[in-house]
Amino acid sequence: MSEEIEKKTVVLPEPGSLVLSTSPHVQDGDSISKIMLKVLVCLLPAVIASIWFFRFNAVRILVYCGAFSVFAEYAWSLAIRRKPTVGDFSALVTGVILALNLPPGAPWWLCMVGSVFAIIVVKELFGGLGQNPFNPAAAARVALLVGFAGPMTQWAAPVTGELVSGATPLGAVQLAKGSKEAMAILGSPENLKALFLGNVGGSIGETSALAILIGGFGLLCFRLIKWQIPLAMIATIFVFSGIVHLAAPELTPGPVYHILSGGVMIGAFFMATDMVTSPMTALGGLVFGALIGVLTCVIRIWGAYPEGVSFSIVIANALVPLIDRLCYIRPFGWHSHSASALQIRRGEIK
Amino acid sequence: MNIPVKTWRFHGGVHPADGKALSNSVPAQRAPLLERYTVALQQNIGAPPKPIVAKGDVVKKGQLIAEAGGFVSAPIHAPTSGTVGDTVEVPGANGGTIPAIEIIADGKDEWGSGLEPIPNWKNTDREILKKRIAEAGIVGMGGAAFPTHVKLSPPPEKGIDTLILNGAECEPYLTADHRLMLERTEAVLEGAAIAAKILRVDRIFLGIEENKPDAIAALREKAGAYGVTVVPLHVRYPQGGEKQLIYALTGRSVATGGLPMDVGCVVQNVGSCAAIRDAVVEGHPLIERYTTVTGTPVVNPGTWILRLGTTVEQALTFAGGVKERAAKVIMGGPMMGFAQTSLGVTITKNSSGILLLQWKETSGYTSNPCIRCGRCVRACPMKLLPGPVSVMVESENYDEAERNYVMDCMECGVCTYVCPAKRPLVQHFRRAKAEINAKRRAAKAKQA
Repeated sequence: MSEEIEKKTVVLPEPGSLVLSTSPHVQDGDSISKIMLKVLVCLLPAVIASIWFFRFNAVRILVYCGAFSVFAEYAWSLAIRRKPTVGDFSALVTGVILALNLPPGAPWWLCMVGSVFAIIVVKELFGGLGQNPFNPAAAARVALLVGFAGPMTQWAAPVTGELVSGATPLGAVQLAKGSKEAMAILGSPENLKALFLGNVGGSIGETSALAILIGGFGLLCFRLIKWQIPLAMIATIFVFSGIVHLAAPELTPGPVYHILSGGVMIGAFFMATDMVTSPMTALGGLVFGALIGVLTCVIRIWGAYPEGVSFSIVIANALVPLIDRLCYIRPFGWHSHSASALQIRRGEIK
Repeated sequence: MNIPVKTWRFHGGVHPADGKALSNSVPAQRAPLLERYTVALQQNIGAPPKPIVAKGDVVKKGQLIAEAGGFVSAPIHAPTSGTVGDTVEVPGANGGTIPAIEIIADGKDEWGSGLEPIPNWKNTDREILKKRIAEAGIVGMGGAAFPTHVKLSPPPEKGIDTLILNGAECEPYLTADHRLMLERTEAVLEGAAIAAKILRVDRIFLGIEENKPDAIAALREKAGAYGVTVVPLHVRYPQGGEKQLIYALTGRSVATGGLPMDVGCVVQNVGSCAAIRDAVVEGHPLIERYTTVTGTPVVNPGTWILRLGTTVEQALTFAGGVKERAAKVIMGGPMMGFAQTSLGVTITKNSSGILLLQWKETSGYTSNPCIRCGRCVRACPMKLLPGPVSVMVESENYDEAERNYVMDCMECGVCTYVCPAKRPLVQHFRRAKAEINAKRRAAKAKQA
């Protein structure tokens, strides 16, 4: 038969070289390191804005935090004899986000303590990437704020770099409390414009709402974050502070002031949305975002601290298992465990 | 018929690179007659058929060589005329070995099935038609290989009102159903009409993914005469999953742990429909099928009409062999198919394709920790929580996994496909399902 002749010229796969594995045999090609690189790309606008407004101070803090974070992760891997995981870039992401959360006057050792705390205590001691209950950058900011209140409030005016104290927009709110007129001045259009662009005092990466919004838009386009979290968080802060402002204008400035100032934008897009420490379902994302919004407003308006975003994120992080438990999704076809859907359709069973 | 039908969008799903362009424009070719066929003796889900021939017996093409081993079983017929050879062990597509009967061809390829053609099936008793389908050994040819006559015997209280033809062929690379619907359009539709008569339903939907416009046009031209409504569906894996297809076409969701007949539906693969038609109208039992032989390493990718008992090696030879090094030979598609280590695997009634992948096209898995990105949750068509459930399975907490509906997993693999941490998610669920099933069996045995 012709088949016999053909067989000699036909090359067949060698059975000995075949790979045996279970399906699926293909994947969409995304990986943790690609995700982290995309996050870094989305952080670029905020990084550029921080350098624009805080010049050398921003460069210094970014380099310190990035380097200390990566080094801490590498050293930890060596110490516990694990294959180094710095290649997934998650430590670099943590370092950059932490840097953006520090004041322009932060000394090198503050960067070091923050980075080591974020990587070792918040992340690695819980088991590393994916196991940490708290967002490393948010938890580190909280720890530094509580432990090193002085250096953590080394504010500087943007561009000029002049060291000042109490110069952040939220610090100004704290000073203006009780005066309706002072609050009205804070909420003036020129002030709001400065807040939006970032030409104000504050942590190096959180001043420019515009830059963070550009990066946040990138995160949404790459589908790296749940839109439910920033939306719920910002909307809740807007509504909550708006109501308080209408009821007691001497207590707080208008809602736009709140969402543009402090860490709301960077918290909403880059910290609350951390995959590891936020709920998995869409409904959970809404609840989580709203919770952070409420807590932020409560701390800002009635609390001792002028800013509450990091505190709120860390508290909400702790509640994620509970939120996941309450906001579960039901499997396809759950509705008819005991009754068939047909019987329901026919009205035999309600 | 061209009546627009409302369709529903099932939750999740993915759209992998489909690779169908390799083979979807190549007309199906009939494989040349081989000297020897190795017919596996287990080609259906359920009881294995019992061989009724001995070495040296002379058989005709289509003659019964193994009878059904029970109600949920399907007989097996000789793929060509010749003599019965040895009973051998062949590698099974899902691992292990299965017994097989060799048929040594006499080259005459003479029919002798003993099944009378029933061209006038419209006026034939339903039970006779159902018996014919059972005799012809027809099973679900989309992959599950569930005996078709069982599916066509739902209890009357289920109130079946819809017959759904599954022409979605959502698995990447495979084009066997596509070519079949294009080339044997009327056979598919006539088979569907026969099945509808048996089920006493007049609502017949044919769900087909929109990426087969030529087949849709061909089907629509002829569908009206057979009372079939052709419904193009969005291209999304797993559109051809039974529960997803029923939902897409009727909006009804099969309950967890339920069957299609619970919502008044019976789903048949289009290949099975064509086989029903051949069995009834021609009196031909199921001895051959459309199988796609494809993949970038294959010299001539295409669809072949292969007799049951053809080996993968022979099928690859028909397709010209390989031009690149193949890392994987897969029976079925890339999402749910089975990787093989031997080319001695034979074509059975559910072999929809032979897919070869190069090393760079496949992917490996590591057990990176879950980063809770939630992509699996968004992608799971059964709306399960693959990430958290996989952690439960890793800690062997099967009870917790069961409470989280792991038994509803249909193993479509989209969770593993999307996982950026490259976790073997569906693999964990297979293990959990096996463990839970074993536990259930043990509990049952204890009770008895």
